[in-house]
Amino acid sequence: MKMINTKVTIAGVEWDNPVTTASGTFGSGMEFADFVDLNRLGAVTTKGVSYVPWTGNPVPRIAETCSGMLNAIGLQNPGVEVFINRDLPFLKQYDTRVIVNVCGKTTEDYLKVVERLSDCAVDMLEINISCPNVKEGGIAFGQNTCSVEEITRQVKRYAKQPVIMKLSPNVTDIREMAKAAEAGGADALSLINTLTGTKIDIYKRKFVLANETGGLSGPAVKPVALRMVNQVARTVKIPVIGMGGIMTGEDAIEFLMAGATAVAVGTANFRNPLATAEVIDGINDFLAKEGIQDVKEIIGCVN
Amino acid sequence: MAVQKRARITSQVQLAPGIFSMWLEEAEIAKKASPGQFLSLYCNSEDRLLPRPISICEIKEDRTSLRLVYRVAGKGTEEFSKLKEGDMIQVMGPLGNGFPMEKKKAILIGGGIGIPPMLELAKSLDCEKSIVLGYRDKNTFLDKEFLPYGQVYLSTEDGSLGVKGNVIDAVRQYAVQGAVIYACGPTPMLRGVKAYALEHNITAWMSLEERMACGIGACLACVCKTKEKDHHTNVDNTRICKEGPVFKAEAVEL
Repeated sequence: MKMINTKVTIAGVEWDNPVTTASGTFGSGMEFADFVDLNRLGAVTTKGVSYVPWTGNPVPRIAETCSGMLNAIGLQNPGVEVFINRDLPFLKQYDTRVIVNVCGKTTEDYLKVVERLSDCAVDMLEINISCPNVKEGGIAFGQNTCSVEEITRQVKRYAKQPVIMKLSPNVTDIREMAKAAEAGGADALSLINTLTGTKIDIYKRKFVLANETGGLSGPAVKPVALRMVNQVARTVKIPVIGMGGIMTGEDAIEFLMAGATAVAVGTANFRNPLATAEVIDGINDFLAKEGIQDVKEIIGCVN
Repeated sequence: MAVQKRARITSQVQLAPGIFSMWLEEAEIAKKASPGQFLSLYCNSEDRLLPRPISICEIKEDRTSLRLVYRVAGKGTEEFSKLKEGDMIQVMGPLGNGFPMEKKKAILIGGGIGIPPMLELAKSLDCEKSIVLGYRDKNTFLDKEFLPYGQVYLSTEDGSLGVKGNVIDAVRQYAVQGAVIYACGPTPMLRGVKAYALEHNITAWMSLEERMACGIGACLACVCKTKEKDHHTNVDNTRICKEGPVFKAEAVEL
């Protein structure tokens, strides 16, 4: 059998295959290493890392919905120092690209993390300007074109690694945000983050989540995510990492065909800790079955 | 280390209204399991994505099977309750850390659907045991199965059996004595157990419950406030699925 080329290059960084993890669904990989060979992943995208430790939101933090889930974790994380001293050395044992998701409450918070990571063995940075579950920062930066462009520009001044801006779907026109990030100098985009939603316990007459609202993810959001990835891929020149409800190789192929150069597997990890490996196998099977020698042949093929 | 498997259901019976008992044949998980650990059960229906965490009620002596006793609380557990002998179900486990086995005179306290994990514990503990079980009403379950392992005391909220009130009312009324407490049940009950243990200067091990997504420590959905900074999270909360579900009472804030 002829070898199929699954390599993709994003902002000058070559991945062995186009599959990474969606931030927040894979920790720093440690908990999944018992189930999946992390060497198989194109890249591991970590849970959001802030400058100081964050406690996150009160519980309940999650609620299941039809073919999806709401989360309002609130970006709990141990802070960048613990990340660098514990999680990063763990990830560096594996032959995979490391993408660190960066979060902050203020511009300075983001910049301090970016600067702290500048001399670390990190391949790419993903800047979270789209978390709907924190009161300050997060989505506040991602819902207006001026602030998207400005935060991107600031991050680019300090970043030594290529910068991926992670976009929110909770906007009127995601293409405008994509253009603003590109204008600010982003090297790549990732989308979508979760869609803000809620759930009510009708017997308690209360919101299920302590935070009242949360971010919707899972197969329920896939058609929306796919449409937005397609719109953005047709609008900007920089590469797009697509995500939103990917459960199988076929789902991933749809995102690639829509114009994503790579994809991320998120909520699927909670149902099946082997999901990332199965998506990679599924992509390979599809390419083999269709006689496609290079995954790049299908990227954006519907456009 | 936990594994994900498809397990065969070897029996499924209803014990009380809404309470079901299911035996699963899964030797690899049964071999590693200990009392107080739990399994993640997955729905066949893909529109219910997340696993349901269910505590281990019994481990068969030959370590080939596990028993789960659970309450139908929603559509997921309703789906489980309709599975029949011979059906297959996706499971992961064993998850979390079980109860530490102390060789001291023990009080086992279970409330409602917190009772099942106490059964395997009662079988495994090699010491004198008092067992206090709290129910809403006369629709009890598992209580007779505890009889071979110690003195059993009951409480019911409506007073239809045992002491009227909660498990702590039963502990006080029967003057139940012990040097260590093991407890599982709803949070208000655990608050009462913690207060009782502090008052009497007794060690208490408590199994906590929270909504979970991954069940393996990655998503940080199921956290509990802690008295001290947690070594993993680096903040004052801890992962119930990974560091728990069993904690020393004074280590957690309820």
